[in-house]
Amino acid sequence: MSAYIAKRALTGFATLLVASLVVFAVLEILPGDPARIMLGMNASPEALAALRDEMGLNQPLVTRYLDWVAGMAMGDLGRSYTYSTPVSELIAERLEVSLPLALLALALSTLIAIPVGVYAASRRGQVADTVSMGLAQIGVAIPNFWFALLLVYVFAVGLRLVPAGGFPGWDNGWQALKALLLPAVSLALPQAAILARVTRSAMLEVLGEDYIRTARAKGLPRRTVLWKHALQNALIPVLTILGLQFAFLLAGTIIIENVFYLPGLGRLVFQAISQRDLIVVEGVVMLLVAAVILVNLLVDLLYAAADPRLRTSR
Amino acid sequence: MSIDPVFEASGERHILRQAMGNRSFLIGLAITTVIALMALVSLFWTPYDITRLEVAQRLKGLSLEHPFGTDHLGRDIFSMIMVGARNSIAVAFVAVGIGAGIGVPLGAWAAAQRGWADEALMRLNDLVFAFPALLSAIMITAIFGPGAVNAIIAIGIFNIPVFARVARAGALAIWPREYILAARASGKGKFLISAEHILPNIASILLVQGTIQFALGILAEAGLSYLGLGAQPPMPSWGRMLFDAQTRLVVAPHLALFPGLAIVITVLGLNLLGDGLRDVLDPRVRRER
Amino acid sequence: MSLLEIENLSLSIGSTEILKDIDLHLEQGEVLGLVGESGSGKSMTALTLMQLLPPRAKAAGRVTFDGIDILNAPEEAMCRLRGDDLGMVFQEPMTALNPVKTIGEQVAEGIRWHTGANRADAENRARRMLARVGLPEAKFPLARYPHELSGGQRQRVVIAIACALNPKLLIADEPTTALDVVLQAQILDLLRDLVEENRMGLLLISHDLAVVAQMADRITIMRDGAVMETGETSQTLLQQKHPYTRQLAEASTHVPTKARQPDAQQSASPLLQVDNVVRDYKLRRKSLFTPAGAFRAVDRVSFTLNAGETTALVGRSGCGKSTLARMILALDRPTSGAITFNGHRLDSAADSELRAARRDMQVVFQDPYGSFNPRHTVERLVAEPLHLADKKPSREERRSLVADALTNVGLSSSAMDRYPHEFSGGQRQRISIARAIIMRPKLIVADEPVSALDVSIRAQILDLFAELNASMGLACLFITHDLTVARALTDTVMVMHEGKIVERGATGTVFDNPQTAPAKALVEAAPDLEHALERRRQRTAAVRATLPSQI
Repeated sequence: MSAYIAKRALTGFATLLVASLVVFAVLEILPGDPARIMLGMNASPEALAALRDEMGLNQPLVTRYLDWVAGMAMGDLGRSYTYSTPVSELIAERLEVSLPLALLALALSTLIAIPVGVYAASRRGQVADTVSMGLAQIGVAIPNFWFALLLVYVFAVGLRLVPAGGFPGWDNGWQALKALLLPAVSLALPQAAILARVTRSAMLEVLGEDYIRTARAKGLPRRTVLWKHALQNALIPVLTILGLQFAFLLAGTIIIENVFYLPGLGRLVFQAISQRDLIVVEGVVMLLVAAVILVNLLVDLLYAAADPRLRTSR
Repeated sequence: MSIDPVFEASGERHILRQAMGNRSFLIGLAITTVIALMALVSLFWTPYDITRLEVAQRLKGLSLEHPFGTDHLGRDIFSMIMVGARNSIAVAFVAVGIGAGIGVPLGAWAAAQRGWADEALMRLNDLVFAFPALLSAIMITAIFGPGAVNAIIAIGIFNIPVFARVARAGALAIWPREYILAARASGKGKFLISAEHILPNIASILLVQGTIQFALGILAEAGLSYLGLGAQPPMPSWGRMLFDAQTRLVVAPHLALFPGLAIVITVLGLNLLGDGLRDVLDPRVRRER
Repeated sequence: MSLLEIENLSLSIGSTEILKDIDLHLEQGEVLGLVGESGSGKSMTALTLMQLLPPRAKAAGRVTFDGIDILNAPEEAMCRLRGDDLGMVFQEPMTALNPVKTIGEQVAEGIRWHTGANRADAENRARRMLARVGLPEAKFPLARYPHELSGGQRQRVVIAIACALNPKLLIADEPTTALDVVLQAQILDLLRDLVEENRMGLLLISHDLAVVAQMADRITIMRDGAVMETGETSQTLLQQKHPYTRQLAEASTHVPTKARQPDAQQSASPLLQVDNVVRDYKLRRKSLFTPAGAFRAVDRVSFTLNAGETTALVGRSGCGKSTLARMILALDRPTSGAITFNGHRLDSAADSELRAARRDMQVVFQDPYGSFNPRHTVERLVAEPLHLADKKPSREERRSLVADALTNVGLSSSAMDRYPHEFSGGQRQRISIARAIIMRPKLIVADEPVSALDVSIRAQILDLFAELNASMGLACLFITHDLTVARALTDTVMVMHEGKIVERGATGTVFDNPQTAPAKALVEAAPDLEHALERRRQRTAAVRATLPSQI
């Protein structure tokens, strides 16, 4: 067990390190001079040189990379070229929107998808199965930003129940939640459709196993077998998809935040890219990569919790 | 008897008969064919010339002349959707080609080689998977500039690990088979065995994965175009049309309706086709039904 | 009234008729053996009793168990019955247990559900039951998971689950088919004891006449979904009134006539020489700080095989016999030691240098379904070893070589253009042998070549091997856990145990008079139809002698 976790953690850390190299290297190729971006087109060559010097842009690549990584390790992500504020502060501010949004979407999709998937599997081939999987099939095909537009048209433009966009801040919790509701639903629905399909097929696979017959031969009723024997075994593929979806949700916020004009991480990075604010891009990308790696590690831990075969002697 | 993890062939004629009786497959095939035809026809003919702007005809609702209405520049939406199909299909198709063309040999090689090569490939896969694909695609198109070609590359790169993974998993399931041992006992090397025995037997799972990635590619292209990073105007694309529709949602909701439906129907068709193929080619599913 | 009574039972799935007018009855404390080859409907009969049939199956007729009309019983009533009065043991112990639940919980769960006992009481009962089936808590805590147990131990857990509430009837569907002979004997002993202790009825389903002859009071023989013959075991098997019964019995004890006596003349150098071969497998590290351990699958094995000699490598599952075979075939390399075949060193040669050696040895595998690429025609499959030929044969040469090979194994050359799925298991095994002999090799290694086949097919394949051995002067190495096969085919035998060869000699001598403990265990455990019937005859004679008045 400990060896399993240690190995996973080590791999995750190594991946993170290599990822930092890749991010750094890729963004070095990006055209655009940060100093000029900060000072504007009319800056004097002397001022540019001075700022370059101050930002360490004249240092050799290796030194800059090491400085950057060392800074990150201590929570210092540098200073934004365009906002002139520390990147970590910018990110923290935007996370207040993006993190609740992603978590809300994840919770919504899980809560919808798993019961639907289990139910559909237990009613295989019957009306409930056909209908719910038909809906899921359509759900998978819907682009989340288009679904968002439809939601806006119906609930914001038509029924006026929720705002069409913008974020009022967390001072008023209820208003904030209302502002996040449509974005969360539009993010969650396509994911829920995928997850429901995965849950159903994982359940069907498990329901064909010999040990399900053993459980039935014990006299356990169908329902008990379904929830107590089948579900835990079906969780592994479901967890895998959940882990992948978290990364997807994080990235999905980029588009959805653009639809709803939410001041989140996605909008931050999108704007930073178009303004060549490299240091912000680096910071956000590294944060997202770290989040993905961390979530995958968490999924590995959950695997071990769900499956004793991973716990012992592996 | 052990359950076959990878699809087994059982006579081509038999499979054809199966396919003709599979509803998902038939519906999916029909939808995909119609969309593909639409794209093809648009190369020679569209109901209206979409490069001609007629401001007098702007934001028209549905009518007999313009069944899907017109946009803010007076262009016929139906014609634009036809041309947009061409763009979507081309981007997704080439992206799948890139992913499969590089990923499948890599995956098959890793499975044949095992050891360090396998480990290195899998770690590389982990690395690519650690980057949220859309974010990276945005970065790539930002670096090289927006446009259809860069969108293809951005989407294609993220198809590589997917195909590598599927090919590797499929190949790993075939390698311990007794017929592989028999081939080795006949003195055949890894390359020959991969070509003769492994690839033909994982072709069907790759085909299914291909349709899935095709569908995802269309969604991704739409997303990038929506953000302004895909095909550039005046080349119409479904995602871009949705972006243009967003600001006019109140006055002309039909602008948002049809491009979205076009995406949904295309992706749905491809997914149905993929599901149908899986049912037809995978004896496990067939046995259960 | 009988405990179980089946009258006119018919079963169909869709339009396929699975069972036709089955009549069976079973008394309390009685063991009824249900015998048949694959597709005879014996497992479906069992699933009908449990009402665990596939969804589209339709049963008609009458099945009465303990006064309950099973076919018309509602699902709740069946739930109360299953696992309480009606227990079932399945064939495949490796997959029959839920991998994510402890063995204690899997036994206790049914007890709680049926008796309403609380957790602690149910666990106590489960503990006693597990101890009874040979898994005492001291060695096998209730918190163990299935993957921590071996196949035989898992089958004991399955039996504990089925017998936890002293069922009136236990259905055992091929309970020992997946186990090696020694484990088989242990599990059969356990079942027999449980039957006697609890006056339980046992419906024992098996393809193996010898197993049933040992265990059953009465026997029912099925074929193609219908009952062929039913009666008292020794009478039925000795008189063999029904032609199919005779056919089964003959096939089970079939010994091919050897046309050729083993060569007395020993050539100067043996065909195959295995010298002090060791194969270690690295184990996964338990933690980051302990070095990886190693498992020695093959431990200093040495032997020689002469041209034309047939020898058997027998042993329990996991004894290393398949690993050894792979090294002989140069599909795996020994950790240390030397293997010389026909003058070529195999252990240290590069793949390119092995061509010459490979030309003279080929392999036949166990599974007639997994040993062919399903996408290739029989011609291409059988021709595969021609890859080793120095000169690539032309298309016509290739076809004529394949046709010859197919004729040699008793298939028509028209089989060439078909695909393997169009053939039955026995025919596929013939194709497999055709592939092995197309290059006219000097040695064939056959890994359990008949154990996946029905007895009647098995007899034909054994004949084919004997014939090829005689006509082509092939040396054969048979890897098997089935002593009947070894006895039928081979001149000499090697007994392997925990990676070592512990005994070697002429086949008859070793089996009639085993010297080492592992060999003795194998021989004693091996089910043998003739011995079982002999014992039965003596026992009935003894009973008759003591109770003359009753007859």
